Amino acid sequence: MQLHSDRPIAVDVRDAVKVYGDFTALKRVSLSIHDNEFFTLLGPSGCGKTTLLRMIAGFEDVTEGSIALFGEPIAALPPHKRPVNTVFQNYALFPHMTVLDNVGFGLEMLGRSKSEARKRAGEVLDMVQLSQFSSRKPSQLSGGQQQRVALARALAPQPKVLLLDEPLSALDLKLRKAMQLELKHLQRETGITFIFVTHDQEEALTMSDRIAVMSAGELQQLGDAREIYERPKNRFVADFIGDTNLIEVTVDAVAEGQAKCHLGGGHALICDAVEGVKAGDKVHMSMRPERLFLSEEPIAAEGFRGTVRENIFIGTDITTIVALNEGPDFTIRASNSSRGNSRVFDIGAEVVVNMEQGAGRLLTD
Amino acid sequence: MAMKSYDLRQYPSFKAITIFCLFILYAPLLVVTVYSFNDSVSITNWEGVSLRWYAEVFTGAESEKFKIAARNSFVIALIAASASTVMATFAATAILRGGRFKLRTASFGLISLPLMVPEIVTAVATLIFFNAIGVDRGLITILLAHIAFCIPFAYLPISARMQGIEATYEQAAMDLYATRAKAFTRVLLPLMMPGIISGWLLAFIVSLDDFIITNFVKGAGVETLPTAIFGSVKQGIKPNIMAISTMLLGVSVVMVTLSWLISRRDNNK
Ligand SMILES: Nc1ncnc2c1ncn2[C@@H]1O[C@H](COP(=O)(O)OP(=O)(O)OP(=O)(O)O)[C@@H](O)[C@H]1O
Ligand SMILES: [Mg+2]
Repeated sequence: MQLHSDRPIAVDVRDAVKVYGDFTALKRVSLSIHDNEFFTLLGPSGCGKTTLLRMIAGFEDVTEGSIALFGEPIAALPPHKRPVNTVFQNYALFPHMTVLDNVGFGLEMLGRSKSEARKRAGEVLDMVQLSQFSSRKPSQLSGGQQQRVALARALAPQPKVLLLDEPLSALDLKLRKAMQLELKHLQRETGITFIFVTHDQEEALTMSDRIAVMSAGELQQLGDAREIYERPKNRFVADFIGDTNLIEVTVDAVAEGQAKCHLGGGHALICDAVEGVKAGDKVHMSMRPERLFLSEEPIAAEGFRGTVRENIFIGTDITTIVALNEGPDFTIRASNSSRGNSRVFDIGAEVVVNMEQGAGRLLTD
Repeated sequence: MAMKSYDLRQYPSFKAITIFCLFILYAPLLVVTVYSFNDSVSITNWEGVSLRWYAEVFTGAESEKFKIAARNSFVIALIAASASTVMATFAATAILRGGRFKLRTASFGLISLPLMVPEIVTAVATLIFFNAIGVDRGLITILLAHIAFCIPFAYLPISARMQGIEATYEQAAMDLYATRAKAFTRVLLPLMMPGIISGWLLAFIVSLDDFIITNFVKGAGVETLPTAIFGSVKQGIKPNIMAISTMLLGVSVVMVTLSWLISRRDNNK
């Protein structure tokens, strides 16, 4: 597999700042998006995802810093001169035009003849399996179909970069999953760079080559799905992506890349050290529930004794909450199958919480 | 149901009051309309149904005068409605789409304010203005005055419509390589069309019906339908006036209904 980092940089955001009046929506964000990459901006509502997207599209000016497209600074280009198309959060399909004319609009504006625009629009509609609706008005389509028209309309002029602002948020779960696959497939097929905005971490993990996690106008972490899930840089990322046990620990000693720590209640454990931790620090540790498991008797030295408080059945998994004899509560997830080392205990049972190798991740902030 | 007791329709005299109000509003119109079909020279004695007064309007002694007045009225209404609609459209675009600028709220207020100024004041002011700049009174002064006072009427439905159009449509157009001008003509204008049409119809009616301002700024011997009717009534009300009034009422009703239908059809979409 070709690494994305070998490819040219499609969008380069350098120290971008956006100020609205007295409110700073983006605080020095820098990121490079590679050509042909499926790049996701992930973060809670109001963190500045749409703002960044609109700055790339040209609807907002950049207060400070710069944005370049394939090496060319684009600050001076109005939206209609940027080879970038957008799938809007609310689709913004032109209500007075047919589906075909909507999809052909971009090509027509680029100076193609009406018939040529229509022909190409028909092809793109084929690609998203909507050719039978081409003469309808957008209001006569379902939400999912409108979403696909918006996608087709943005793809038809073959932009270099496609911006997608939470395009799936209005769809039901089943349709959303199907569209996630379709989008991923379209991205591979067309080779267009996708910048995808979502606040749904699961969606981001499923679809992206790389993810930028944002919060309060700041870039928190940039990396591929595994990296972000397994090696979160800080508490915000660990907490925002997936479920986790965020436990306060005290570092006792650091040596040879390993940190010896203990939790409240004196339970001791050893985990990988991270840069900047030293003995005596009080830091947080993230432990994913699916990387913890229960046993009746201690398996290794670092098991924590506790009592089962609750079992929650969630279909594929069973989540168990264990209160340590002294110290914090833990959430443990066991898969709902008889394979592996996941065991489920009754409420009130005395158990030992065990960590898989490398399951604990120290976070310095 | 507790809600029921707050329903206005539950008050004992609701029906009676409603009917009374409607009667007060429509009785005069009803009388004029009915008596325009009266086969009598008197305007108060009913002597059977006939269309003689309608025939009188088109062939009678005063028919020539009314024909010219009607033509003036329609031509002025047509031009005034069109000109004011164009200006109102640009005004709405500038105010609602021109970004944030100083005095934006003030401009909205300034455009709508003339609707609340007593018409007689506007009439006097317009007359003084024309005198001051030394323009001879005639059809042109009527037309200019009509264009001016029709703008707020055209502006209201247009800006109401435009406020309902999200800016993302134009952004989507510009994102798809449309220039600002193209985004306006290809996307914003078609979406605004229902508002523009009802604005035009409203302006047309207002111009067609106007008496006070017209009476002030018209030159001697120049008449529009309302001033001609007034002139004729001064010499006593004849039933042919009722026929003209009924026809004018008909035109108004048709246009208001059209305007309403157009704006309603679009809200339902
Ligand atoms: N035109 C504006 N004027 C002032 N503040 C704004 C403006 N647009 C956005 N903001 C603020 O900037 C912040 C970021 O907004 P943005 O729309 O980028 O959020 P987002 O990450 O896309 O959120 P969501 O997931 O809810 O869409 C918000 O706090 C918002 O209130
Ligand atoms: Mg947003």
